[in-house]
Amino acid sequence: MAKIISIKEAMDMIHDGMSIMVAGFLAVGTPEKLIDALVEKNTKDHTLIAISTAYPNKGSGKLVVNKQIKKAIVSHIGTNPEAGRQYINNELEIEFVPQGTLVERIRCGGFGMGGFLTPTGVGTEIEEGKQRITVDGKDYLLEKHLRADVAFIRAHKADKNGNLTYRKAARNSNMVMATAADITFVVADEIVEVGDLDQDEIMTPGIFVDYLVQV
Amino acid sequence: MNNREIIARRVAQEFKDGDFVNLGIGIPTLSTAYLPEGVNVILHSENGHYNFGPLTCEEDKDPDSINASGEFCVVRNGGVFFDSTVSFGIIRGGYLDKTVLGALQVDQEGNLANWKIPGRVVPGIGGGMDLVVGAKKVIIAMEHTAKGEKKILKKCTIPLTAMGEVDMIITEKAVFVRENGGLVLKETYPGVTADEIRELTEADFTVDENLKTMSI
Repeated sequence: MAKIISIKEAMDMIHDGMSIMVAGFLAVGTPEKLIDALVEKNTKDHTLIAISTAYPNKGSGKLVVNKQIKKAIVSHIGTNPEAGRQYINNELEIEFVPQGTLVERIRCGGFGMGGFLTPTGVGTEIEEGKQRITVDGKDYLLEKHLRADVAFIRAHKADKNGNLTYRKAARNSNMVMATAADITFVVADEIVEVGDLDQDEIMTPGIFVDYLVQV
Repeated sequence: MNNREIIARRVAQEFKDGDFVNLGIGIPTLSTAYLPEGVNVILHSENGHYNFGPLTCEEDKDPDSINASGEFCVVRNGGVFFDSTVSFGIIRGGYLDKTVLGALQVDQEGNLANWKIPGRVVPGIGGGMDLVVGAKKVIIAMEHTAKGEKKILKKCTIPLTAMGEVDMIITEKAVFVRENGGLVLKETYPGVTADEIRELTEADFTVDENLKTMSI
């Protein structure tokens, strides 16, 4: 059963150097209050795992602007000029990952698999240092699993067992990231009693969720 | 008519009613403004839905409903939301009929370069690499040259997005299709000759025996 905690209790579990998955696509589906609290706590040297570095004033991008990120594993930084600036000045290391590969690596991390084979990136820079494997005559790259110390998830509704629903396009990377971190923190628009969610509509089973953070 | 409009109008002729498509920003997205009568396409968005329609005005916008460019949009009745793994399963799984993207360079082997210029800030890859390996048909929509620099080459000189995946190139001057491993010039803009296309194109290509004039 997920435990309900305060934002301060959540922040007490986060330390310098931890890897953090921040769910969301261009900040839609990102729990902004957790990001704001982490900016205030001002921990350093984090590895950020996210679809993108979002915007300078929205989503995971705020952590970049506040210089808390040492390395970002993302598919895109184009909407955050500060990420680009830090990258060209060697203040920020970036591992660019094709978006489909990124979310599938996270799925492997969450679901006990070492990696997967994808045709994406064959014959490109993305292949460097990776194994190419031919299956039934077609070439694939072996892409390895990805996990993080903590994940920041935003749900629409959460029941007190940690079962989650999402709205519309806000689910994006939330569903896989909720499975792939040692500690999963969830901020929900609304926390409801067990039994209030239709069992058929639950998108993330509570077994993946450690803490519901009250904001 | 400017180059963008010529290219967008020609791209629109490639769509069949009911096609599932993913369109890059710029000219590819502009093509939906010129869909032939009776042709509707279903737009897929990497962030997790298909069948999105008009962008929403400020008052009606739903903070949880954006397209892959971050614009607020409406997903129409019959559309579906899904998570990122399903979205890219649809892409890699070959369920999209077409993807239309811009390019920095394309070459005669169907290689595409559209994500990185060495020495410049890289915006990133996004869903581009997955789209070109996954979609059933890859159409490149771009201006024929960039400030006089040729873009349709024998061999791309900058980092690739994918190898051998380009099926068709549409510019404001010409339409090429990749057939039997080589480029074939299929159409030219009214008044433009195959020889003029050769001047503007580094790649080797053959001229289709039924070379047509682009009808825009």
